[in-house]
Order: sequence, then structure tokens, then C-alpha cells
Amino acid sequence: MEFKITKNANLFTIILMALGIVCTIVGVVLEMGHDHGHHLPQRLSGNLLINSFFFFGIAIASLFFLALKYATETAWYVAIKRVIEGVAGFLPFGVGLLLITFAYITLNDGAHIYLWMDEEIVKHDEIIQGKAFYLSKTFFWIRTLVYVTIYLLYYWGFRKRSLLEDQVGGTELHYKNYKKGATFLVFFAVFSSTSAWDWIMSIDVHWFSTLFGWYVFSGMWCTAMIVMVILTLYLKRLGHLERVNENHIHDIGKWVFAISFLWSYLWFSQFMLIWFANIPEETTYFVTRIAHFKVLYFGMFLINFVFPMVLLMSRDAKRHSGLLIFVGLIVFFGHWMDTYIMVMGGSMGENASIGFMEIGLLLLILGLFVRVILTSLTKAPLDVKNHPYLEESIHHEV
Amino acid sequence: MHKEAAIREPLILGHKTYHDITVDVCKPIEDKAPRGWYVLFTIALIIAIYGVGCIMYLLGTGIGVWGINKTIGWAWDITNFVWWVGIGHAGTLISAVLLLFRQKWRMAINRSAEAMTIFAVFMAGTFPLIHMGRLWLGYWTMPIPNQFGSLWVNFNSPLLWDVFAISTYLSVSLVFWYIGLIPDFATLRDRVKRPIPKKMYSILSFGWSGRAKNWNRFEIVSLVLAGLSTPLVFSVHSIVSFDFATSVIPGWHTTIFPPYFVAGAVFSGFAMVQTLMLVIRKAFRLEAYIHTRHIEYMNIVIMVTGSIVGTAYITELFISWYSGVEYEAYAFLNRATGPYWWAYWSMMTCNVISPQLMWIKPLRRSLYFTFFISIVVNIGMWFERYVIIVTSIHRDYLPAAWSMHYPSHMDIGVYIGTIGIFFVFYLLFARFFPVLPIAELKTILKSSGESYKNAPDHHEHESNHSSHH
Repeated sequence: MEFKITKNANLFTIILMALGIVCTIVGVVLEMGHDHGHHLPQRLSGNLLINSFFFFGIAIASLFFLALKYATETAWYVAIKRVIEGVAGFLPFGVGLLLITFAYITLNDGAHIYLWMDEEIVKHDEIIQGKAFYLSKTFFWIRTLVYVTIYLLYYWGFRKRSLLEDQVGGTELHYKNYKKGATFLVFFAVFSSTSAWDWIMSIDVHWFSTLFGWYVFSGMWCTAMIVMVILTLYLKRLGHLERVNENHIHDIGKWVFAISFLWSYLWFSQFMLIWFANIPEETTYFVTRIAHFKVLYFGMFLINFVFPMVLLMSRDAKRHSGLLIFVGLIVFFGHWMDTYIMVMGGSMGENASIGFMEIGLLLLILGLFVRVILTSLTKAPLDVKNHPYLEESIHHEV
Repeated sequence: MHKEAAIREPLILGHKTYHDITVDVCKPIEDKAPRGWYVLFTIALIIAIYGVGCIMYLLGTGIGVWGINKTIGWAWDITNFVWWVGIGHAGTLISAVLLLFRQKWRMAINRSAEAMTIFAVFMAGTFPLIHMGRLWLGYWTMPIPNQFGSLWVNFNSPLLWDVFAISTYLSVSLVFWYIGLIPDFATLRDRVKRPIPKKMYSILSFGWSGRAKNWNRFEIVSLVLAGLSTPLVFSVHSIVSFDFATSVIPGWHTTIFPPYFVAGAVFSGFAMVQTLMLVIRKAFRLEAYIHTRHIEYMNIVIMVTGSIVGTAYITELFISWYSGVEYEAYAFLNRATGPYWWAYWSMMTCNVISPQLMWIKPLRRSLYFTFFISIVVNIGMWFERYVIIVTSIHRDYLPAAWSMHYPSHMDIGVYIGTIGIFFVFYLLFARFFPVLPIAELKTILKSSGESYKNAPDHHEHESNHSSHH
């Protein structure tokens, strides 16, 4: 059975996007009226960055997950392979959104998001001058383009070989994917950190943390697993993915559970070490966030850590679709909140608030995200053929 | 029923039956020990006795007999401690994390890796205790009320967290390892003829009868312990890294330390497992169970964790420049070009470059090369800790206090001594305990044994299924 976007899903995404556009416009108009529109470029580019990075992150983390499965010669995932590819299908759009965001920010001389892009500020700031070689518009764009080009090339390559495998079978493509998966992981290991420094950490331009890249990576991986589990359950509810049984669901649930722990562990490591050593250059990051986003910040940590830990601990919970969707949706927004505070904490600071623009852009890009993923699912059969581990995946039992 | 893809390499080579597995694993225990074992044991024992002698001298004289001084209060002692704890990580990773990931190949190595873990953690624990100088006051590390005569501990200190983390880890690893051994001890109990060994294995096997009820409980306990140990794998070395990272010393205080220490620990632990397994498979003729594919898998783990460690080194280096903090930048510059440059570049060569050679398939499937690299990695990981510890403190904020560390005979003696003690334990284990999990291996024989995997009825089974779809 070929997958088609249902009427409800069609309507749902259109409503999301329409609502998003309306709210965004209202938000922009309101911001123009507020304080002579002084904060408009900052708030708009901040919101663009939050959402383009958040949804791009989900797509790239899915591609990472696929590469991981190829490189580790895993079998169970074969039954949901097209779901993973579907989520990764947002990658070209995510890249597009990111590039639009960066272009807008660059044209506005950093838009008070990337202070290092503002010559007036750099002139009076010795710390930024010290790293001007790295934090310069040209080098930033070169790095960004290198990251996204390599990501896209891998995405198209994986997709092409996956569709081809359905037709020709054999093991040649399989071993090619194994090798390509491993090399993707090498690129990703470096780029996931450096891009997190470039795109997010440089917002707090004086601040630095060696763990930051891994922390950001774990957040997007966790969100990607949540999207995968919700999408799989949705498709099953529509009667697709017959091969997927509760054992596969259990496994994705385990990943959600495990990566939530990984994220919490990295959050704690970064926070605790900075808090404990109490060096002002480092604590400033948390001090500003706790000053302006106290409830959201610790609330976000509690949601992303405690919810999955308590509710998904038991075996039965990880096989219970209602519970997985409930926890998944809440933690999804918990991680969005994390991205929001990462970006806004270092830029808008005390002026930040969640208003029409924040909600509008989130709804708009969420609607686009869902629609693109569903569309990409219609492009190929949901059940793969000829994968050497297909039988092993069908007989999967835990 | 579980089904394994045809393209996967079998994990048990040749035409083995259930009985063959029992015989193959029990044989080295039931036979007389080969001469090689006695030679190795004697060497290890001599080194161990020398080590114990050094420790006694140290305790009798004071820790000033080490090469430490006012600036460098921590050197080989803590280096050795971290090195041993790191090695002690592989066992639980293999038994717990790989269990959760359903990696069947772990069954070739889990038993001896867990034993290695326990002995390595013993050795690790020795160093903080003897560093106290008063071994008999070791219980002061515990939160015991002052009325008892000790001093109340400082809960703000990561060193105290270490006490909790490592003792928990040791207890859980020990229980996990022992639970796995019980059915195998029962097998030995039922096989051995001589009365004394029979009595010993009988006691060790806790009256295991092999009833369904026993197996049921065995499975439940294993899963619970696997769940408990997985966070422990992360917590132990994270907390060890806190010993350094909670400070304000440039080169020590950096947020990437916890996960990077964990990766480094797994890296060194697997290297030690390789060193030991390559010898054991040959000495005990277990080539059918621990073959090239297992070695290759372990080499891949070494390559991946080595790469994570390498990425972390480069991240630290980059951020020390990016931070714009002069002291941070100097700490790293001093590591690479200062008086300890040789230690830094040994670390870089052994830990960053050497595991990358494992990308080459013939090399990672070569047993001699693997053995060589496993030693190189262990040397590299020792240097890593030495570099982190000594180069970060030998030149601190006050140039007047700058100093160098030169190891004394006692530094070397105690360190070498622990290697001797470790091998005494390990050789005794290999002589009297089953080095492969007999019961667990039998569970994968039908799905991953060479003769079953390629048996004719297997293909029939497969074609039946494809006709359904």
C-alpha cells in the first residue's frame, strides 16, 4: 500500500502554516510598534535561527542515525528505514531555512545575534579581535557551506542507494552504505561540534565550553528519535508498516529513553562543572539564563530529563503508543525550549518573551516540517525490499 | 524465533555441539596447567612481591619517597589510579551496554573482561589508599561520625564522590560477574572428579540445579544488573574526571572531561581486553570462539573510542585558543612544546594516530598487529593521564613555584608492582574459572554457529518466509 497524505493531515499542516504566517505577521507588526522597531531584526533573526536550526537538527540527526545503523550493521531498524529517511527528507529544506536565516543575519551585520559580525562592536572588543580569524563573515560562510554541502551529498547518496536497493538487491549496495555510513560519521563527528560553535555558541560571543557541541548534538538526536517514534506510530495507525511490531516500537522507545539520559548527562556535566568552578567568564552563560528564564530553563531540564526517565522506564511503557506519544510531544517542546533559551538567552536576554512571533514561526516551520516529511514518505514504498537484514528485522524480538 | 542474516559471519566456527562447548571451556581447568602458565605466574608473582615490598617501604617511610614535590602533589599515583580505573571500564561496558545492544559477539569476551575489570579496579583503589600514607586509616574515606575517631568527610569533594562511585561500581561488577559464573561453576562441579575441587565448585555454585526456576531468576537478575551497571559505566569515569574538572586549573577545568574520560576509559579497557584475549585464545585453544571477527569488532570499538578521544583533544586545543584566556592557551602550548613535549606527543601518537590505522581492514584483522596496537594504546592512555595531571600543575599561576616531576624508584616500583599483582589475579582466574561463559555461548550456537548457520534446513526456513511476502 502506497502512502498518501490523508485529508486530515493535509488540512492540519495547512492550518498550522496559515496560523503560523498570521501570527508571525502580527508579531512583526507588534514588534515594529514596540520601541520604534528597535528589536525587530534581532527578534526576527533569533526566531528564524531557533526554528531553522531546531528542525534542521532533527533532519540531520536522523541522517546521522541512519548512517549509524549502516555503520554498525544493525538489523532491527530495517523495518522503519523509510521512516528514518522520511525525517531526513527535511534536510534540504532545513538547509534552505538556515541559509536564509544566516543571509538575513549577515546582511543586518549580525542583527545583534552574532555580535562578532558587527564591526562597531568588534572595534571595542579585544576578546573578539583575538579570534576574528575564526569568527569572520567570510570564514563563517565557508564553513557553513562546507557543512551543508557535505550533509546534502550524503543525504542524496543514501537515498539514491536505498531506492536502488529495492530494485537490484544484492550486497554490493549494502556494503557501500556500510562504508559511506562510517565516513559520514567521521564528518559528522567534527561538523556537529564545530557547527554548534559557529551557529549557536558564538551568540554568547565571549563564552566557551568544550562540551557545547556534544550537548547540542545530543539534544537534536533526542528530538529526532521522538519524531521517528511518533511518525512510526502514526503510520501504523493508518495501517502502514505491517512489518513493524511492538518490538520495533520498543527499540525506538529505548532510544528515546537512552538519548534523553545522554542529553541530561551532558547538560549536568556542563552545568555542574561550570557552577562548581565558579569562574565568572564561564558562569555568565548560566547566570544570564537563570536571571531571565529561570522557570523555563529549569523547567526545560526537568521535562527533558524526568519525564522520559519516569514514564518510559518500564518495558511496557516503551510498547505503549499512547504513552510514547504523550511523553514524546512534551519532550519535543522541551527541546525546542532548550534551543529557544540557547539562542535568546545570549541575544535578547531580558527583552525576550514568547509572543506572537515566537509561536507564529514555530507553527509555520512545524507545519512545513510535517508536510515535507509526509510528502517525502509518499515518494517511495514504506516497506523496503532486498535489504540483507530484512528477514532478521522482521523476526526481531526483544 | 530469532533469525540471523546469512551475510553475517558466524561467531562460533567449526562443527561444535553443546557438549563440545562444555568440553572446550572446561578442558584448560581440568587438565594440568601448561608450563607456560607456571612461567608467567612466577614472573607475575615476583613482580607482585616486589610491588608489595615497595608499598610497605612507602608506608613505612612516607609518600615523600615518591618523586612528588610541593608543586606537583599528584603525579604517578593518580595517573596509575586513573589508568587502572579506565581499564576497568571495558568489562562492564561489554557485559551491560553490549548486552542492551544485543551484541552476541560479546559472549566471547565478557567473562574475562569482567574479571579484568574487577582486578583492575582493585589495583586502582590501591593508589588513593596508599597515597593517604596511612593505609590503616583507609576507613576515614567513609562518612563515619566523628565520635568514631575519624573525621567527617567533605561532601563537596569529588574525591569523596569517587569513593562512592568506585565502590558501587566494584560491587555491582562483582555481583554481575559472579551471577554469570554460577551456572558454569555448576557445570564444573558436575564434571570434576577429584573431591577437593568438587567441593570447592560445589560451594561456589550455590547449589545451582539448572531448573527452569533457576534460569528464570538468572535471566531477571542479569537484566536488572545490566540496567544498573549501564549508568555506572558512565558515572565512574565521569566522577574520576570531576577530580580534575571541578578545579580552576587550566588544562583540568574543561566541560568536555566527563564524556571524553568515559570514551578514553573504554578505549584503554578494550585495548587491555585485546592484549589478554589474544593470549588466552591461543593458550587455551579457544580459536573457534574468539576468532578474527571478534578481534575486528573490538578493534572497531578501539578505533571509534580513539577517534572520540582524538576529537576531544583537538576540541580542547581549539577552545583554549578560542576562549582568549591566556592561561588556558599557555597550558596547552606548554603541553605540546614545553619540557614535557615528549609525553604529549607520545600520547598523541599512541591515542590519536595509531587507532586510525584500524580503518585498514587487513590491519584490523591481523592478530599480530592488533596485539601491537593494544600495547601501544595502553601506553598512550597512561601518557594521557600523565600529561593531563603533571603538565597542568607543574607550571601553575606562580612562576616562582614552577617545578618538574622526576619519578623515583618507588614510583616505578609501585606501578610495575600493581601490574604484577593484576596478572597474579588474572592468571589464577584463567586457571580455575571458566574463561568463556559456557551457558551463554550455548544460547547463540544455533543462530550464530558456523555449521548451523549454513545448514540446509536453514535455507528452507528462509525461503518459506520469503514466500509469505
